[in-house]
Amino acid sequence: MRQEKNNIFAGIDWILVFFYVIFVGFGWLNIYATSKTDEDTQIFDFTTKYGKQLLWVGLSIPLIVFILFFNSKFYERYASIFYLIAIVLLLLLFPFGKEINGAKAWFNFGSMSLQPAEFVKAFTSLAIAKLLSDRQYNLKLVKNQIKAFIVVFFPAILIILQPDPGSALIYLSFFLVLNREGLTLNYIIFGVLSISLFILTILFGTEIMLIWLFSILTLIVIYLIFKGGKRLIRFNWHKILITYLMVGLFIYGTGFVYENVFKQHHRDRFEVLLGMKIDTKNIGYNSYQSELTISSGGFFGKGFLNGDITRGNFVPEQHTDYIFSTVGEEWGFLGSALVIIIFMLMIARIIYLSETHANKFGRIYGYGVASILFFHVTVNIGMVVGLLPTVGIPLPFFSYGGSSLWGFTILLFIFIRLDAHKNYDW
Amino acid sequence: MQKSFLLYFLISLVGIILLGRLFQLQIVKGVAFDPVRNASIKIQYDYPERGYIYDRNGRLLVANQVSYDVMVQPNQVKVLDTIEFCKLLKIEKEGFIIRFKRAENYAPYLPSVFLKQLAKEDFAYLQEKLHKYNGFYIQKRIIRDYPINAAANVLGYIGEVNEEKARNSNDYEQGELEGKEGVERQYETLLRGVKGKKYFNRNRFNKVTGSYKNGLMDTLPESGKDLTLTIDIELQLYAQQLMNGKRGGIVAIEPSTGEILALVTSPSYDPNMLVGRDRSKNSTILMDPNNPEKPTYDRALLASYPPGSPFKMMNALIALQEKVITTETTFRCYGGYRYGNKANNFMKCHCGIFDSPIALKTAIARSCNSYFSNTYKKIIEKKRKPSQGLDNWNKHITSFGLGSYLGVDLPSGSPGMIPDGKYYDDLYKHRWSASTNISNAIGQGEIATTPIQLANFTAAIANRGFFYTPHVVKKIDLKPIKNPDFIIKKQTTVNSEYFEPVVEAMHEVFKTGTGRWSQVNGIEICGKTGTSENFVRINGYKQQLVDHSILVAFAPKENPKIALAVFVENGGYGSTIAAPITSLIIEKYLNGSISEENKHREKTILNMSLQDIYNLYKPKKQKIASRKE
Repeated sequence: MRQEKNNIFAGIDWILVFFYVIFVGFGWLNIYATSKTDEDTQIFDFTTKYGKQLLWVGLSIPLIVFILFFNSKFYERYASIFYLIAIVLLLLLFPFGKEINGAKAWFNFGSMSLQPAEFVKAFTSLAIAKLLSDRQYNLKLVKNQIKAFIVVFFPAILIILQPDPGSALIYLSFFLVLNREGLTLNYIIFGVLSISLFILTILFGTEIMLIWLFSILTLIVIYLIFKGGKRLIRFNWHKILITYLMVGLFIYGTGFVYENVFKQHHRDRFEVLLGMKIDTKNIGYNSYQSELTISSGGFFGKGFLNGDITRGNFVPEQHTDYIFSTVGEEWGFLGSALVIIIFMLMIARIIYLSETHANKFGRIYGYGVASILFFHVTVNIGMVVGLLPTVGIPLPFFSYGGSSLWGFTILLFIFIRLDAHKNYDW
Repeated sequence: MQKSFLLYFLISLVGIILLGRLFQLQIVKGVAFDPVRNASIKIQYDYPERGYIYDRNGRLLVANQVSYDVMVQPNQVKVLDTIEFCKLLKIEKEGFIIRFKRAENYAPYLPSVFLKQLAKEDFAYLQEKLHKYNGFYIQKRIIRDYPINAAANVLGYIGEVNEEKARNSNDYEQGELEGKEGVERQYETLLRGVKGKKYFNRNRFNKVTGSYKNGLMDTLPESGKDLTLTIDIELQLYAQQLMNGKRGGIVAIEPSTGEILALVTSPSYDPNMLVGRDRSKNSTILMDPNNPEKPTYDRALLASYPPGSPFKMMNALIALQEKVITTETTFRCYGGYRYGNKANNFMKCHCGIFDSPIALKTAIARSCNSYFSNTYKKIIEKKRKPSQGLDNWNKHITSFGLGSYLGVDLPSGSPGMIPDGKYYDDLYKHRWSASTNISNAIGQGEIATTPIQLANFTAAIANRGFFYTPHVVKKIDLKPIKNPDFIIKKQTTVNSEYFEPVVEAMHEVFKTGTGRWSQVNGIEICGKTGTSENFVRINGYKQQLVDHSILVAFAPKENPKIALAVFVENGGYGSTIAAPITSLIIEKYLNGSISEENKHREKTILNMSLQDIYNLYKPKKQKIASRKE
């Protein structure tokens, strides 16, 4: 084994760094395009959005150096401490947080504010990596599963209580990590099935869904009887009955929850998204404008600073959550497709590198990073192109905001640090 | 399976879905994406002036005048003092709400007309006040002005494009005007010109932030083209006056060119009625389907009736061409023609020549039914099967432009009806002969023609065998039209030598026949009078009405200058109304004025009204309605 060099950049995966630089640089250009006004002449004007963002981008260089400065062992050893700090920060929000857009998600320092939830993702990944990397740890045991769920979902619950359910949704991505480490796929399958059934029930109504599902179930039962003979019936009839009952209950439950528990604005969002209602003004305005903006870009886009819909500020929150619509308008299909492809390459690269780790801790953390990025990109771009409901989460490295940029920088560069060390440690 | 498979799989799946969606949005939809219909771009239109319309002698028929509309773009409207605003526009509050809702339903992000055609004195005052109200502005528009009250049916009118069209067409925005009838509609693209467009960027507060792409896409307006019609407005006006108090149509054509000199429908309306603020009120009156006068129904183009006796010339021409008769062939008339064995299978004749041989010239001049029944029978029976004979007959007739849309450059028309063999085969299950439809011989029965078709038919006779498709536009921007449909000669299937005896006979009509009371000294008129039987259902009973009066004529006999068809609803014998009208029009056109000796004739016609007869046939609507009460 080679000796670790003192050079902190040794062994770094430059491909990931390259992707990072592209995203941050390109992201800033798009923020500039959305927030520049005709009167602005200076780039280094910290009263403007793009000026501020440039400051954050500049400051992330010392941050990166700082992260790389530490030995990878440092992150493994103090993972629990980081996690505890994160939890404390989230708890401190309740007395000291500042309310923005109805959620107490921010600490306020003069003209700056900080959103701890953006950093907690990285620290939760560290904690779950630490927990699962124990050689004695077996995720097949329900006791251990519960432990893992607590580590993952405790911060998520605190975030829901702020309330910022959008950001909390990201914690579902840890299921992918847990699955890699041996958690049965049934949780994910069950979740996906429930969501699909839920959506289909809303779309088609309870009666039609019941008819369909019972017909399909009955077909399956008939198939099983033919295959397994009468014995199967004799032993499993109660299971079959319970299945019927559960399906019926779920469908009726969905109908009930949808009609009685959901508020009208929830229902409206669903119906607009599922195309049951056309709305270009109120709830549907964001999606409508964003889709229109992207469409207008065409194949080549309108060119940097030439997006007239962007310039007219028609898309709300365009510098933060809807930044991708600017890419779509000014850089066209070429630019936006390239962004998606590079994101997918970056995530794939992280998974690929994770799998080369001999150290379980590094691998699990890498999976955490990949899953979180994957969820963010999917949910954010899915929302901007009108495939998913409006969930206010940022596009990694692109969206305006120091907390978000730094949160993802920390998340990514801790992995780069761990990855750089994988060949030297043991 | 590799443990990393699930994530790789999900990444690829999501990547493909997102790329697919981008493809759909940016390439599939993006191609059709109109950069202009977009809230971030404001378009300012620069309307060109609509083309003027002149008559054949350069008299101005249609000009333009300026009008102002209040426009609204609902998504820009802020809270406003409705009462004050309504007072300003002189409308009721309810009216405000209805108008605003209508605009919002159309499209909140597109401008629509809020209040049409302001009075000029209101405009100056509003111009100063309106800037206070966001989303409202005044749009200048050009509307039509008609210096002469004539030829409304030819000129047509312009009106607002319908919402559907405005939404789907790149050429129109809501509230803009387009030609709806007549020349205005037929030549819409030429008259309209191309409007200029200026593009501006704007932000979501609707503030214009500058010119879009530095004016790269801006266009200049292209003014509309001026049209010169073939109509002689003096003649048109005179013909319209002659038709006062009568319903019907007159079409006058210059045979050597196919140019329509006059196209009269009566009753008509003042074209200025469909301009300005009273437009919608007037149009409800004019277009009321229960109005028996149907002033917007162009009888000259649409009234499709059996032509009666003038059709005998057609049969004569066919018979000569098919060589089933010669000019010397004679038939005898016994006060009528027996076409079957039953007692009522007898067609009466009023020629008054009993049991002595009649040749072609006399037959046309005296309009002998028996003669043409015999002729028709010979035409049909020339072929082995009656349907073949009839098809051959049909072929000759359609070559004169009868039985089909003529292709006149006006948007309305009627094909009329010329039956063919298949028609009777289907009707009588192949068991029929020439006797079955013997009324075709004298232009009654299934045959139906419109006045313009008859005028064109007459022009073909005047030309001895050819015609030019009738048309109303002579020049576009002072350059003669080049449309081959109108400048290429159409040959009929009858040889020119067969026309001479028919022309002679028609000349005889005005010398010694039914038209002899309407001669004009010094002008050799050739013509043929006719009547068309017509029935109507009044209160459930079929009733025969006074015959429609029909006359076709051309003059002078050699080198004809005018061919015309006159059609007067319920005018009785052609000789009493249609013949004097024809001779007056011909005299007016050829001599420029009516001579002293014919002034009496002019006065009689001008004062003649058939209103009493029309009143007889009015469906008794009110009575039915009052019974219900």
